[in-house]
Amino acid sequence: MIKKGIKLIKDGKRLDGRLVKQLRDMEMKIDVISTADGSAKVKFGNTIAIASVRGPRALFPRHLQKSQTGILRCRYAMAPFSVDQRKSPAPDRRSIEISKVTRLALGPTTFLEDFPKTVIDIFIEIIQADGSTRVTGINASSIALTSAGVPMCDLVSACSVGKINGTLVVDLNGEEDNNSEADVAFAILPSKDEVTLLQMDGLLTKDELIELLNLAKDSCKKICELQKRVLRETYKSE
Amino acid sequence: MEELYNLELIKTGKRIDGRKFDEFRKIEIEKNIVQKAEGSALVRLGKTEVIAGVKLGIGTPFPDTPKEGVLMVHAEFSPLASPEFESGPPGEDAVELARVVDRGIRESKCIELDKLCIIPKEKVWIISIDICIINHQGNLLDASALASLIALLNTKIPKLKNDEIIRGEFESKLSLVFKPINIAVGKIGNTLLIDPNVEEEKILESKLSVAVREDNKICAIQKQGIKGIEFKNIEKMIDLAIEKSKEIRKLVE
Amino acid sequence: MQRRVVLPGEQIEERKGRKLGSNVYPENDNVFSKVLGIPKVNENEISVIPLAGVYLPKIGDGIIGKILEVEISGWSVDINSPYMAFLHLAEAVDEFVDTSRTDLSIYYTIGDVIFCKISKVTKNKVIQVSMADRNAKKLYKGNMIKITPSKVPRIIGKDGSMINLIKNKTGCEIIVGQNGVVWLRDGNQTKAIEAILAIEKKSHIVGLTEKIEKMLGE
Repeated sequence: MIKKGIKLIKDGKRLDGRLVKQLRDMEMKIDVISTADGSAKVKFGNTIAIASVRGPRALFPRHLQKSQTGILRCRYAMAPFSVDQRKSPAPDRRSIEISKVTRLALGPTTFLEDFPKTVIDIFIEIIQADGSTRVTGINASSIALTSAGVPMCDLVSACSVGKINGTLVVDLNGEEDNNSEADVAFAILPSKDEVTLLQMDGLLTKDELIELLNLAKDSCKKICELQKRVLRETYKSE
Repeated sequence: MEELYNLELIKTGKRIDGRKFDEFRKIEIEKNIVQKAEGSALVRLGKTEVIAGVKLGIGTPFPDTPKEGVLMVHAEFSPLASPEFESGPPGEDAVELARVVDRGIRESKCIELDKLCIIPKEKVWIISIDICIINHQGNLLDASALASLIALLNTKIPKLKNDEIIRGEFESKLSLVFKPINIAVGKIGNTLLIDPNVEEEKILESKLSVAVREDNKICAIQKQGIKGIEFKNIEKMIDLAIEKSKEIRKLVE
Repeated sequence: MQRRVVLPGEQIEERKGRKLGSNVYPENDNVFSKVLGIPKVNENEISVIPLAGVYLPKIGDGIIGKILEVEISGWSVDINSPYMAFLHLAEAVDEFVDTSRTDLSIYYTIGDVIFCKISKVTKNKVIQVSMADRNAKKLYKGNMIKITPSKVPRIIGKDGSMINLIKNKTGCEIIVGQNGVVWLRDGNQTKAIEAILAIEKKSHIVGLTEKIEKMLGE
């Protein structure tokens, strides 16, 4: 749904003043939900996601248990007030798909075989949506899992990249996302260079796509730096 | 047990059904098998069988595209197709498949939605593609996307009288500007393979589904599978998908 | 002063033939952390003490559990873990018991709190506990709090130095389970709990003993 003629880039700057490869201002905080085993709140510009982790814990009903491995469950939901037009709280097809790809984005980092018959539950709530909500949710989930003490082989860092007005950009906000020629959701295990989320829609040549993937990888490394800093801060002595 | 056997086989460079790694199963196509649908197609990829039906209706356009027709894609994983499918509303796999097929078609701009407007802001054509899985023997996504495309290529637009549809009488054929083809590339260890059957899907580490137009522009990508893909392998997988899409597109010409 | 902190995916050291303890994984000849925590490295073993995480039972652990159900030949026990444990009749009662005629709740009933030992942990995490140890007993009255299991060694201290300090200064009877459950009775429990929670929160800092001593002295 591209509004014809909308200019998203003027003189090399985007409508919100950013340069093309610039991430929005990020804020990350952990332990925001006292009843969770691990939790985090992440802001990318105006997009706000909260993630809560419970587990590993016993999985009931029993027939869902896997005798030799734990399972991961993930629920992504958008708060009704998070968007312009009120969104019904019932899970829609988009949320169902995002829940699935989020689970598969985080799964590769976990050691589920160490916790047979258990479940690790991840709940993501988008409090405010301004583009790139699923990757914000993944960034929050990754540090929530770490703060819960769930064993992981690496952090997971995610970001969006895309093409607007013929230009390749990083971290699309809502308006850019709605008017993009292409957008890509990307997540990676930063120290293993292993891609765990890759979704794209739009029109791109292969070369443009490869360039975007490289931009995404570099941006994720920056996001990872903040994730690490926030996690280390929990050990700061008073 | 079987999974270990398959894995060992693949390590030695063979597939359980003897195919080469970049070889498709036998593909069979039947067009217009459902008379009540405005367009339909059946696709068999080996033993995987999928029917896509296109129904045209009239409805209101989306508020931000008042002069454009509407495209919807749904998929049903009926329990008759596999012991793994349960009755009930579409699960996450069916939802994902429908949305990925949708994106491949929509983003390719193969349907000129602005030619499907009847009265701006009030009445437009609604194109509904419904995918029914008849037999699940792997690679449902490629089969479904192909069936959907062929169904669209054989879709006829009904006649309108006083803005009411006259079923059974047709005005014209739906014309598609592009033919997007979806190719899934699976990865096991260092091996890339095309058209995984249901046994291979169980041992795949990861899968990249790529929808490509004839001008080699990529319209949609969906990474699937429980393991990550090493960054440096992605380009190879995309190259293979683009190469193989040409083979499939020949069947649709 | 602070100890080194590692994150998941962070390299700790080269393996150099050493044993892999908890919360680490090998890749080629390097050892990486699985958790956010403090690495523990000596010439024999590399492991990480996590900041958080659930209790995974180990054989020999002394733990505090609560009876959940009375079954036919034993009791199921909540051990503050994703896994439940089973206490076999034979591991709990010395005399002969005719199970067809005896209601086992005469020995242990739902809600009873026990200090027992983890006697069996199978690969599929079937857990058994035993009361056959000389320290095992039923715990009457008292209160319980839960702390992060990985902090238990700090609460106990070297040769029990920390927990004894707390016991002496507060007059409480205290039993610390490896599963993160702490049982207290009598004495100034509020003060003891305050101290325990302070250790849990600041377990990573050096000079903790002095801080706690000061806190208890007040």
